[in-house]
Parts: sequence; structure tokens; C-alpha cells
Amino acid sequence: MAKNKTASQSVAFGQNISVKNANLWYGDFQAIKNISMEIPERQVTAFIGPSGCGKSTLLKCFNRMNDLVDGCRVEGEFRIGDADIYGKTDVNDLRRNVGMVFQKPNPFPMSVYDNIAYGPRTFGIRKRSELDHIVETSLKQAAMWEELKDRLNKSALGLSGGQQQRLCIARALAVAPKIILMDEPTSALDPISTGKIEELCDELTKSTTIVIVTHNMQQATRISHKTGFFLLGELVEFGNTDDIFTSPVDVRTERYITGRFG
Amino acid sequence: MSARKQFEEELEELKTELVEMCRLTADMIANATAALVTFDRELGKSIGELDKRVDEYEMDIEKRCMRIMIRQQPVAKDFREVSTALKMITDIERFGDQASDIGDLVYTMPGDSYIKKLTHITAMGELAVRMVKESVNSFIRNDEVLADEVIALDDQMDDLFVTVQDELIELIRLDGKSNGDQAITLMMVAKYLERIGDHAVNVAEWTKYNETGVHQKF
Repeated sequence: MAKNKTASQSVAFGQNISVKNANLWYGDFQAIKNISMEIPERQVTAFIGPSGCGKSTLLKCFNRMNDLVDGCRVEGEFRIGDADIYGKTDVNDLRRNVGMVFQKPNPFPMSVYDNIAYGPRTFGIRKRSELDHIVETSLKQAAMWEELKDRLNKSALGLSGGQQQRLCIARALAVAPKIILMDEPTSALDPISTGKIEELCDELTKSTTIVIVTHNMQQATRISHKTGFFLLGELVEFGNTDDIFTSPVDVRTERYITGRFG
Repeated sequence: MSARKQFEEELEELKTELVEMCRLTADMIANATAALVTFDRELGKSIGELDKRVDEYEMDIEKRCMRIMIRQQPVAKDFREVSTALKMITDIERFGDQASDIGDLVYTMPGDSYIKKLTHITAMGELAVRMVKESVNSFIRNDEVLADEVIALDDQMDDLFVTVQDELIELIRLDGKSNGDQAITLMMVAKYLERIGDHAVNVAEWTKYNETGVHQKF
């Protein structure tokens, strides 16, 4: 229940996210208003809504990225499995379990291999054979091994935008996260690269929970099991994606997804 | 023009064409019933020629729906309206087929006069026209109550069909040699009219889906 505590606690992270009565302020501005929701494990949950509706802000609560924002104040309960993530949870431990992929691919200015090995090294893995195994497994999970196995020592900055984004997903996978948060991961990519990432999302749900923020309605319908529609900091509607996109309950959802908003 | 406005215009044009298609099939059923009642073989024969136009409407509306799906990628109520139209035209096309089949049966009707007074089968024809018009109107007007009325009318249609069937069986029992050929032809007419009622119910069910998002068979 408390906010921004740093004293660590060893609690096993689950794969479902439970939010109760969440409120968040940036200074005086309230960006999230009394949101409660249950995000199921090993499914894709999409957050949709107009810019500034609070969807990315809520996403960033799940690995406490908002801690880095000056004047940000969070109230309410955020649990990943049994772990109260704004309680006595180690933030590094949280972020290892809850990875994040951003709108703009952000590979480190180093080799493909070192990008993937960066996280595991941070968490103390030094043995070369072990790192080799993690790099190969992560790239295979991200469906990139075949195209990159002969370029492991080349700079990641030389990859295409789509490859860089998938590399970032592979980098997130290298520390075996239980959840991956994606904030508009394909908005800067062409349809082919977008398709590969969407395919990857589907594949990853075998082992990982995915929460994705997207402005692309078709993407939400294609890849997500659940969809939440946000407006002015409120969660207007949350339900099965099929239901939201065929028979939304709230007229505001209907107006937004059919392009009649405002 | 905004994409939304363009979508609304395309949807309006789609509905207009759907109404035209429906009006044509309703006229065909009315004419088939008239041809039956007046024993007008030529009128019966002429109905089949209109069926080509019904098929053209079906193809055209189908193309409109596909184009909207591809270009506008509709969701929610928009999606339901387009998919409902796409499903409904199959039933409306069947209205035309069955009117045309009834016309053909009148054209080839055995005998020179009827073996019985056509009371109930005429009522079936009138009821079929009403159900066809009201089922499509329920969609155009987003009127779930009217759709429910159409669904309820099908019980009347089924009752009339059973009555006609019983009457014709009785006539065959009395004098199968004289009545048999025409009784079987009239039986087929009654069956086609009964099937028109079923297709109207399908259209009404799609209207209800369009309004509620739930597709339920009645």
C-alpha cells in the first residue's frame, strides 16, 4: 500500500498483476484515477486510449519506472502475484522480473552479444558458457538467432529498426522476466517488422505475461486477449478483446474505437 | 472528407441498396402469390427474370461490404452493421429464389383450375411479404422490437403451413388420382412460403445481433 519504499523483501513474483484503487499524481495533476484491474498471467493485455489518458503511466507503475519522475506520487495497491511492488520490494529485483520495451528501439551502443549479456552480467553471471547459452536462447526466443548468429560481435546499432526492437525484446528476455511491458513497441516499425513482433508476443505468452500499450486498434484486436480502454486517467472498460471490439458496453469505448471520439 | 464521414456515407449507400433489394424481393413474393391466386401462368413465369437483378444486388452489396471491411476496418457497432448486412443478403437472395420457384410452379401447375379454394396458402403469401418487409425494416431502423415481432410471426406461418398440409393430404386421401399432381405442387408452394418465413426470421435474428452483439437462434 505504501509508496516508493526501497527496503527489499524476498517475495516470489507471480505472473498476474492486480491493481486496486490506484491513483497517481505528477505534482498537482492526477494522471491515474482510482483504477482497479486484474491482468491475467501468460496472456496479452492491451491498453488503448487517446494520448494523455494514463495508459503508459499505469504501465510504468508495474515496474516502478515512475519512481524516476520528479513529483510523482502513487497510491493504491499494485501486486505481481503476491508481491506488493510498492511495498517492501527490491526495485532491481522487480525490474528483473518485469522487463520493458519502449516505443523507440534503444539498443546499447555495443555488440549484439553484449546487449543480450548486459542484464545477466549485471545480475552476476560471468561464466562465458552460461552467457553464450543465455544469448542463444534469448535470440531464439525472439526468433532472431538465425539472422544474427553470425553477427553477434557486430554493433547492434547497425541493425534495422525492426531488428533493433526485437533485439531489445531479446535483451529483456535474457533475464527471464515473468512479465514484459511494451509501450507502443511497433509504432516506428514497418508492417513486416510489426508482424514479427506481434507473432513474437503470441509465442512469448507460453511463458510470459505481456502488457502492451498501443494506438493501433487492429494490433490490439490481433494480438491481445484482454483490452482496457482508458480515458482522462480512468479505466473506462476492461474485458475480453473480442467483446470490447464487437460489443463494447460503454458508449465512450464505442465512440473511441469507431473513430467518433470528440 | 473525414474518414468517419466517408464511412457513414458508404454505410448509408449500403443500406439504401439493401432496401432496394428487399423491395424487389417483396414485390416478387407478392407477384408470385398474385400469380398463384389468379392462376396466371405468364405472371408466374415472369418472376424468374427478376431473380437475375436480385443476384446482381447481392453481388454488389457483398462487394460494398468487403470494401468497407478492407478500407475502414470497422469495429464495434460499425463492424456489426457491416457483418449483419453481409449475412442478411444471403437470406434476402433466397427470398428471390423462392419467389422465382413459386412462379415456376404456378407456370407448370397441373390442371386448369384449383382443386380447392386457396385460403390459407394465400394468407401464407401475404404473411411472407409482411415478414420480408418488416425483417429488413427492423435492420434499417435499428428496431429490435420489430425484429421480435417478425420472429413471433413465424409461428403463424408454421401453423398455416400445417393447415395447408392437412388440407392437401385430405384431398389426396379423397381422390388421389384426380388431386394428387396439383396437391403436391401446391404443397411445394406452401413449403417455399414457409421457408421464406424462416429466412425472414434469420434476418430478424441478425438485426438483434446488430443491436445487442449477441447472435441467438430462435
